[in-house]
Amino acid sequence: MRHEFFPLFYSFHFYLFGLLAIASALLFVTRKSPVAAAMWLVNVMFCLAAEYVLLGAQFIGAIQVLVYAGAIMVVFLFVVMLLNLGHAEAVTDLRGNAGRLAAGFVGLAMLAEVMVLAQSEFAAELTPKAALARQAAEAIDGPGGVIGPIAAPLFREHLLAFELTSMLLLTAIVGAVVIGKKREGGDAR
Amino acid sequence: MPLDPMQLPPSTMVFLLATVIKMLFVFTIYMVVVAYTTLAERKVSAWIQDRHGPNRVGPWGLLQVAADGVKNFLKEETMPGDVNKPLFVLAPALSFCTAMIAWAVIPFGAPLPTPWGRIDLVVADLPVGFLYLLAITSLGVYGIVLAGWSSNNKYALLGGLRSSAQMVSYEIAMGMSLVCVLLVAGNVSLPAIVAQQQAGAYNVVLISVAAFIFLVSAFAETNRVPFDLPEAESELIAGYHSEYSGMKFSMFFIAEYANVITASAMFVTLFLGGWDIPFTSWDDTGPATVLKTLATFAMFAAKLYAFVFFFIWIRWTLPRFRYDQLMSLGWKILLPTALAYIVIVASAILALDASGASRTGWAFKGALLGINLVCLVILFVLIDRGRLISPAYSRLHKERVAQLRRAAELRSTLASGESR
Repeated sequence: MRHEFFPLFYSFHFYLFGLLAIASALLFVTRKSPVAAAMWLVNVMFCLAAEYVLLGAQFIGAIQVLVYAGAIMVVFLFVVMLLNLGHAEAVTDLRGNAGRLAAGFVGLAMLAEVMVLAQSEFAAELTPKAALARQAAEAIDGPGGVIGPIAAPLFREHLLAFELTSMLLLTAIVGAVVIGKKREGGDAR
Repeated sequence: MPLDPMQLPPSTMVFLLATVIKMLFVFTIYMVVVAYTTLAERKVSAWIQDRHGPNRVGPWGLLQVAADGVKNFLKEETMPGDVNKPLFVLAPALSFCTAMIAWAVIPFGAPLPTPWGRIDLVVADLPVGFLYLLAITSLGVYGIVLAGWSSNNKYALLGGLRSSAQMVSYEIAMGMSLVCVLLVAGNVSLPAIVAQQQAGAYNVVLISVAAFIFLVSAFAETNRVPFDLPEAESELIAGYHSEYSGMKFSMFFIAEYANVITASAMFVTLFLGGWDIPFTSWDDTGPATVLKTLATFAMFAAKLYAFVFFFIWIRWTLPRFRYDQLMSLGWKILLPTALAYIVIVASAILALDASGASRTGWAFKGALLGINLVCLVILFVLIDRGRLISPAYSRLHKERVAQLRRAAELRSTLASGESR
């Protein structure tokens, strides 16, 4: 990692992508056309991925692009196109000023919450200790590469939680299949 | 070991400068190769169909590429009515960029020694290079989907729809087939995967089933025949790029060939040992020399072009799939096969590691090769084509044949009634 050589370069890009993410997110919630909104959301995902990479979490950055931008948003676009919803003039589902105000307040409340948390002792526990950071940096050169430090605790200490999550996903898939089947059978009858 | 400055990593300034030079180098070479691949496609197709192909512009038609480029720049660009203008313009660019930026992580040669330090021949040696490749290839669908949607044309929309369903489906099979590569390599960095193949054996030999699934998915991901349903000209005019003209239309074609080259580079890197020269360890042991760099670069180009030729060969040999066949192949054949193969390879590697076999030793290679051969026999001999995928020429049920005949008869009587 070359953070130590160009601190200015890194902080400049960190804030640049942060501002881009906020601007894209604002555009995402204000666009009327679903396709334009979806594209701005993809842009938010990219900016977040860039932030993760700048923070040294390259695995999370790559997965962010792969899962959110590459899979979930493509399915969103697919549905929008399949139902041909994408034309702004046909969209009537806008909730008016009361809804906008409520959404704005919820957003501000969450922002305030994050600010308070960042000042608290809890956040200090989350920032990596220098020794831990060095350990993580050394592990990248180890046999597991950059994903070794993520994979090892996931499959050793948190194996039960991991397997339960996969069971949850499996249940969701089975549920989706059942719902899809039922509708088809109903039409046939 | 003596500290030769030519074998050490370069200083930061040299690193930055070298990266800029590498970017320009890769971009230039890539654009020239893409241009000449369009000519190669026409020449190979002509050869397969026993024609001459383009042979009027320059010696052997070699300047045809320049003529095509100038023609596309000079053509009128039409902007159809009621298109979504920003997305209509963005789509060709997106299509092309996603194909190109995948090249940032592909290692294309042995390190080059210079007086300022050892330069690795890869633009960005990301520790998550493999995941980056997957992430970037999963974005290729945006250009096509947006082109289809923004064109305000039913055929284009259908092309976009088909393409998004197809690419999302085959991406899963592709990702699953690549899990086996990770299991064998034990790392997600592409130079590490290449090094593993240099030390052991090529992945195409060790895990051929995964290589086969990857290859089929790569054809689907690049929208090439036999999976070119998004632009099936007999059904959809030209699919997602029906409304495009001039240089924007040309961008889609550049993107198609760029995708072919990127997919070939992925196959070469992940399954064919990257820039390694086979049957010799001269190129990957000992200090780096300029000769080694040139030889390995030539080897990489040769492997890459062998694959590009394979892509072209398939296009002019196989007919197009039907849409339901495409979907059933992806979801019912490739995905379960890939999942089963992951289980087989993972248990084999676990057993071999537990028995203490070295990953580069003959026991490891031989065991994987044996399992691989058994899987290949099961897949290609016992589960033969036509039994599961049911191609258009497979035997139909008698009732279904009678039904189709009745429908055809009815149609012909209706048509003759109308013409009268």
